[in-house]
Amino acid sequence: MTVALIAVLLIPALGAAVLAVFPSRLDHLARVVGTVFAVAALVPIVVLAFARDDARFSYSALQPWAELDVSWVPALHLDFHLGIDGVSYPLVALTGLLTALCCAYTLWRVPENGGSGRTLVALLLVLETGILGTFLALDLLLFFLFFEVVLLPMYAVIAGWGGADRRRAARKFVLYTLFGSVLLLLGVLTVTVAAGTGDLTQLTGGLGLSRTTQQVAFVLLAIAFAVKAPLWPLHTWLPDAHTQAPTVGSVILAGVLLKMGTYGLIRVGVGVAPLGAEWAAPVLGILAVAAVLAGSLICLRQTELKRLIAYSSVGHMGFVLLGIATLTATGLQAALLGNVAHGLITGLLFFLAGAIKDRAHTGDLADLGGLRESAPRLAGILGFAAIASLGLPGLAGFWGEAFAVVAAVERGGGLWTTLAALAAIGGALTAAYFLRLLRKVTHGPVGTPVSPTISGAEWLAWSPLAALTLAVGVAPALVLAATSAPVRALTEAWR
Amino acid sequence: MTAAVLIAGIPLLLGIAGLLLPPGDDEGRRRPAAALGIAGAAASLLVTLGLLLFARKPIELSTHWISLGDVDLTLGISVGHAALYVALAVCVVALFVQIYSVAYLHDDPRYAPYAAQISLFTGAMLLVVTSGDLIGVLVGWEVMGACSYLLIGHDRRLPEAPAAAVKAFLVTRVGDVGFLLGVAILIVDAGTSRIADVLTEAPHPAALILILAGVAGKSAQFPLHTWLPDAMAGPTPISALIHAATMVAAGVYVVFRLYPLYEQSPAALAVLGVMAAITILLGALSAMAQDDLKRVLAWSTVSQIGYMTGALAVGSPAAALFHLLTHAAFKALLFLAAGAVIHAVGTNYLSRMGGLREHMPITFWSFVAGLGALAGLPPLAGFWSKENVLTAATHATEGGGAVPVWVAWLVWLAGLFAVGLTAWYATRLLLWAFFGVSRAHGPDGPDWEVGFDDARYTQPALPHDPPAAMRWPILLLAIPSALLGLAAFAPGFRTALELDEPHLGVAIVLPLVLLALGATTAWWLWREVPGVDPATALGPARPLLAAGFRFDDLQDRFIVRPTRALARAVTTVDEKVVDATVEGTGTTTSRVGEALAYAHRMSLPAAAAAVLAGALLLGAVAVLFGAAA
Repeated sequence: MTVALIAVLLIPALGAAVLAVFPSRLDHLARVVGTVFAVAALVPIVVLAFARDDARFSYSALQPWAELDVSWVPALHLDFHLGIDGVSYPLVALTGLLTALCCAYTLWRVPENGGSGRTLVALLLVLETGILGTFLALDLLLFFLFFEVVLLPMYAVIAGWGGADRRRAARKFVLYTLFGSVLLLLGVLTVTVAAGTGDLTQLTGGLGLSRTTQQVAFVLLAIAFAVKAPLWPLHTWLPDAHTQAPTVGSVILAGVLLKMGTYGLIRVGVGVAPLGAEWAAPVLGILAVAAVLAGSLICLRQTELKRLIAYSSVGHMGFVLLGIATLTATGLQAALLGNVAHGLITGLLFFLAGAIKDRAHTGDLADLGGLRESAPRLAGILGFAAIASLGLPGLAGFWGEAFAVVAAVERGGGLWTTLAALAAIGGALTAAYFLRLLRKVTHGPVGTPVSPTISGAEWLAWSPLAALTLAVGVAPALVLAATSAPVRALTEAWR
Repeated sequence: MTAAVLIAGIPLLLGIAGLLLPPGDDEGRRRPAAALGIAGAAASLLVTLGLLLFARKPIELSTHWISLGDVDLTLGISVGHAALYVALAVCVVALFVQIYSVAYLHDDPRYAPYAAQISLFTGAMLLVVTSGDLIGVLVGWEVMGACSYLLIGHDRRLPEAPAAAVKAFLVTRVGDVGFLLGVAILIVDAGTSRIADVLTEAPHPAALILILAGVAGKSAQFPLHTWLPDAMAGPTPISALIHAATMVAAGVYVVFRLYPLYEQSPAALAVLGVMAAITILLGALSAMAQDDLKRVLAWSTVSQIGYMTGALAVGSPAAALFHLLTHAAFKALLFLAAGAVIHAVGTNYLSRMGGLREHMPITFWSFVAGLGALAGLPPLAGFWSKENVLTAATHATEGGGAVPVWVAWLVWLAGLFAVGLTAWYATRLLLWAFFGVSRAHGPDGPDWEVGFDDARYTQPALPHDPPAAMRWPILLLAIPSALLGLAAFAPGFRTALELDEPHLGVAIVLPLVLLALGATTAWWLWREVPGVDPATALGPARPLLAAGFRFDDLQDRFIVRPTRALARAVTTVDEKVVDATVEGTGTTTSRVGEALAYAHRMSLPAAAAAVLAGALLLGAVAVLFGAAA
């Protein structure tokens, strides 16, 4: 299984390297090769699913199914320590899937007036390596390194293939998230210096760290991850980045990049500094609900398709963060599920927004309309995605949101009950803005005419996401099957 | 008995399959869509019938679904005979609606998704009815909301349809905020979402009242009833579906399902009773003043559902369910017959109808049966069920039940008074649409053409009874509308619903007197001033009643506009404060950088002076600190 673990990281990295030496005139062939690598990376991911072994017992709260531990820089407490468990596996699978879909989509269409398709695919593969590394790292410094690897390729994707105002948006993205990274580094160093190790399997549960250290570390880490997630009010890089990014960039950004923040918060923030998390939970909860409400209210006022979907991410990630803030097993599992659901649904929504913008050459809601007359299939799948995103029970989006509310009710007390009620109201507002979106885009008289033909590549990119949205909605166990034990172990710290 | 899974499963699966059919309107594409839709409803109907005949005891199936933390969710089916009767009503209405729609939407290019959405809608309602788990109920509950949204917004020719669809979804969704919170509290208290387990816990009154918010939304009860009249923008068969079998019945059914909990909470019952009393009167009064045929029926639904929630409030879930079943029959009949009228005359407005009796005899007699049942005319179905509700309220006024006595009085008085009002508007509708002379040309009479012929006017196409696919559902629904009430004499049916035996005592005299009074008044008004709408007698109150007491305006002023203003404010803060801080940090850094860069470019003498000044400053600091140390 160690081989599969290395292969998960190595295949995309190798792919990027191969593409880098590809002659530029073989652009299409380069994209095909890149896609082959992205699909090949799915193989070890599938293999890893069989490594799951619930029967194994250890004293650590973190019990990876497969592990690789090589000493790298002992002086810095830096080990090349990778591992996978029920918390990280769904996100690893999501990353592999979305990257493969994006590469395949790039085969069919490379954004105009940008760089070459070869470079775009290579960057996507580098991104994949960084994101997968972040999800797999079991060493704090290694986690930080992978977390940073992602930054520059994403900057390049936005700045190289984005819309008219791409440079400014990319700059804002990179500077804002760098600010978060500085805090992350500080937090990571605080923990490694105090504990004398960076090994997450030993650190999880906050063993040996004093209460003050945990509080300081959690504040630093939480702010760093809050920028990435993003948590209101640290979210303003997101709408600009999304609006300007090319379709594949938006899909990766919303689908998996944001998850690095919430995953980090669960694995590193809550895992390493449980006492700090408990101390800061009310603030985190209040901010999360503020994000839900602010995100959905702002969405009601948006006039641009991609910007609206970007802001909707703020609201949805608010639900995920609320789930984490409750620090209950229910809430944490809801957050993990919400993470994956948001990746699937928002990924699909960004694909569709890209398709509409490619056809209508505008994303302005006022200029769109009558899509169900001019392109019924596109309107149908957009309706499906929007209804999934507003949390319809039976589809993936429901679980994370409803059970974040249930978890807050479970937590009890005046504050958390109020937060639950406000979050539920946020759910109604979410419905309001998605219905407004559908009314403007699909109903009414035909605005800008839109070609109804949908290419095979588009179906290929959309249908897995739509199918998984339904599948996870009906069988949430697909995501949650292996999370019960690790999440329960995490919550042991507060008993 | 695992076949119970199929009741909801078949229509849901066939609905999803139907959505995947290619769009288009040629015959080859319509046929599979219609087949899938009709097959779904018919198969569910057969399964339900089979279970009704062969299942001896309630069916309970339950399997573990997923655990989130300490909360166990199950996938479960739980159907007793009462649930099967409701499922039967749903399937019958859905089947007739599907058949009827084939003819009603014969020229609609988006028929295929429409038929599939009806299947999903039906399946979702059947899921609510048969689910043994609160999360299953919630899934069906919300899928219904989404389907109602899609179906109400179906008609592309109506500019108001998209707005009505959004309103229907949003108003019910606002209620669902309460529903979700209530369900969350119940689940957390019980540690599981299995209804059988939830029912054994002592309930939290707040949870029950919160769930009532969701019930008010779905069942169109005051104050969340505003979406239902507007939902008339949907195609008429959809109105039949929403009003008779799905959606509005769901709220009543859920309270019925959780009734062991409600029984323990006088507070929740009082809230329900007050809500019901207001709704009964509000609906009946508003129905009196409408000019739109479908809106009369819509408001009558609001009022009749009020009877059901009223029956629940006064402690008689059986009476509520009985009225739900008879109402399903006669309201489906009325809407489908109304569709036939609209199909024939091309308008919804009563002021453009009149004199339809001769041309549409089948439709006319269906309306007689439906309106008679609605008004509670013996021996039609509505009489028996309404009598049951009123008797239950009378019993509750004697005290001893869970519900406060004053609430029982309120429900009884409202229910009684509304009997007269219902008779009035039912009679008015019948006389004004089917008797007298045709007003198809409007109040000024026919358009006279001046020509070489002497005095010729344009002859309108004569209205006629609908084609067979629409006629048969109407005819078949007329049977239960007329006779279903007699089922109260069938012991098997009574045991299933736990209904009391009907007893025709003195208590029924008062409602019958009011019924006669209401009907006679309407008839007298209509006869005294020919050609004038009896509703004119309402005088200055008419516009207020026609606008449903202007609750839309209140809702707009106190909910919609403040939300919009809040959205505007939050967006401004987000742009002008939150983002401006970020951007400001950037620009400030650049400016400071520029200033420092400028400082580094100063001329040599000035630079030398600055260096010396710096040296002096450092020296001074060193001396000062050295002295201090």
